[in-house]
Amino acid sequence: MSIKLGVPSKGRLMDKTFDWFRARGIELSRTGSEREYAGAVKGVGGVELVLLSAGEIPRELAAGRIHLGVTGTDLVREKLGRWEQQVQEVAPLGFGQADLIIAVPGCWSDVDTLDDLDAAAAAFRQNHGFRMRIATKYHRLVRDYLRENGVADYQLVDSQGATEGTVKNLTSEAVADITSTGETLRANHLKILTDGPILRSQATLWRSRVAVTSGDEKVAMRALLNKLG
Amino acid sequence: MSRKSEIRARAAKLRAQFEAAGAEVVETPILLPAEVLLDLYGEDIRARAYVTSDALRGEQMLRPDFTVPVVQKHMTDGAEPARYTYAGEVFRRQEDDEARANEYVQVGFEVFDRENPAAADAEVFAVIQNALGDMELRAATGDIGILAAAVRGLDTTERRKAALMRHIWRPSRFRALLDRYSGRSKAPPTRQALLDNPEPLVHGFPDIGMRTQREVAERIEALREDAEATPISARQVELIDTLLNVRETLPFALEQIRDLAVDMPAITEAVFRLQERIGALADRGVDVDNLSFEASFGRTSMEYYDGFVFGFSVPGRPDLPSVATGGRYDALTRVLGQGCEIPAVGGVIRPGLLVELGAQL
Repeated sequence: MSIKLGVPSKGRLMDKTFDWFRARGIELSRTGSEREYAGAVKGVGGVELVLLSAGEIPRELAAGRIHLGVTGTDLVREKLGRWEQQVQEVAPLGFGQADLIIAVPGCWSDVDTLDDLDAAAAAFRQNHGFRMRIATKYHRLVRDYLRENGVADYQLVDSQGATEGTVKNLTSEAVADITSTGETLRANHLKILTDGPILRSQATLWRSRVAVTSGDEKVAMRALLNKLG
Repeated sequence: MSRKSEIRARAAKLRAQFEAAGAEVVETPILLPAEVLLDLYGEDIRARAYVTSDALRGEQMLRPDFTVPVVQKHMTDGAEPARYTYAGEVFRRQEDDEARANEYVQVGFEVFDRENPAAADAEVFAVIQNALGDMELRAATGDIGILAAAVRGLDTTERRKAALMRHIWRPSRFRALLDRYSGRSKAPPTRQALLDNPEPLVHGFPDIGMRTQREVAERIEALREDAEATPISARQVELIDTLLNVRETLPFALEQIRDLAVDMPAITEAVFRLQERIGALADRGVDVDNLSFEASFGRTSMEYYDGFVFGFSVPGRPDLPSVATGGRYDALTRVLGQGCEIPAVGGVIRPGLLVELGAQL
């Protein structure tokens, strides 16, 4: 058997991951037709490429179905409880940088910090009869962060995409999302709270602490990790 | 006997004891409408309770405790006064500690009685303590009502008092607010910039979302007023700190808090209640001279308790959860009662821990 390496199956994240490995003498490529999710590895033996959605890679690592995987810090922390015990960071890859932040409408002149958000949430609940809604797909990370910082009277509403538009569409009052340049937030008339990001994320190569490796696989893993430096 | 049936047997025995103490047995559903719990506890409950859903009833939660369904039951068809007991599983998400059970049995005893709160507090404590038998446990008590009275008595604006009250169960936020209001810490630069801005509503952003510009203006007005308010005096902060640090056996704690009441007359009423409770506990045969009182007890873990609180833990085993906990939750009945309210106090035991610790039946 061979070591299984999970890589995002499409887009910039896949291309950049291929570039990163190429710079270290390992050629990853998709094989077959444009639409087929199969891949090949050259430059090191005993390694098999598995193309997956970036969002599924944390789960596959935690289940031990892949030995190595490339995905963002944000997804690992959001999806895996006690993540340190399930995966180990091998190397940050230096791309896919993004911050998980909380943003509110720019027209809220009175809100710049979490402290303000908490006070505004209390008043909002009194005025509107329900808790201030924060749209996000990072439920665990955001909830833990707000609890640690003593923010109350809010609720999280699920948003799996186009999150920045939810305020204007009146389905949320604020958002918690990943941003790299802040451009989409600005375009949607939102501003970021000044307390600093909830999390700084980037594409990272992870090793599963759970996946079982046979003798052959151990040799292949050592050879691969040596090449990666 | 398997571990599970051992726990069941122990639970049945405890419930029978509570029945003998005058409680009526109640059964409650396992699936509860999520809305009620969310409204009561806020988003934090999602981190502690399992949520499930179907297309017809929407979101449901697996019962994280019995308090809410028992209060609801009492509010709809209960006679007064009432005593209830129940036994069954509760479910808690445990995402950070595999060693903690996510499903365990609780047996509870609850008293709804307007007549004599001190006697009801003492009754619940004594009934729970008796049910625990001669196990070697460490009992601790507290009283959130004393801290609440101290906050209400602060010499400051109503708005500041309300903000402190709202965070009484979040000690670090409470501390940050107290530091701010007493001038010990400075407001962040963004706040000063806002206050210095003569036209804060001219911001160049379109008005989006449900929170209106009027609400923004109201808050800015409130912040301007707040900036003018006299800081809470260092003396008053010191009194709150001294109160929070009281950690003594009951008679000494009473003495210390009584001394504090000389400078904090607002807590006088609460001190009388503490005194009455000590008397009522002694009447029930509780060894009050050796019972510990911690003014901060229950502040982090028991949000809906607003008066007397207590817990029984295993000495030398900080890894284990409490074997029994309880307290007074008058405010909760107000929230769930839709206009009605009734003073309520109760406690629960975890029979699973008793079995694990090998306590004799």
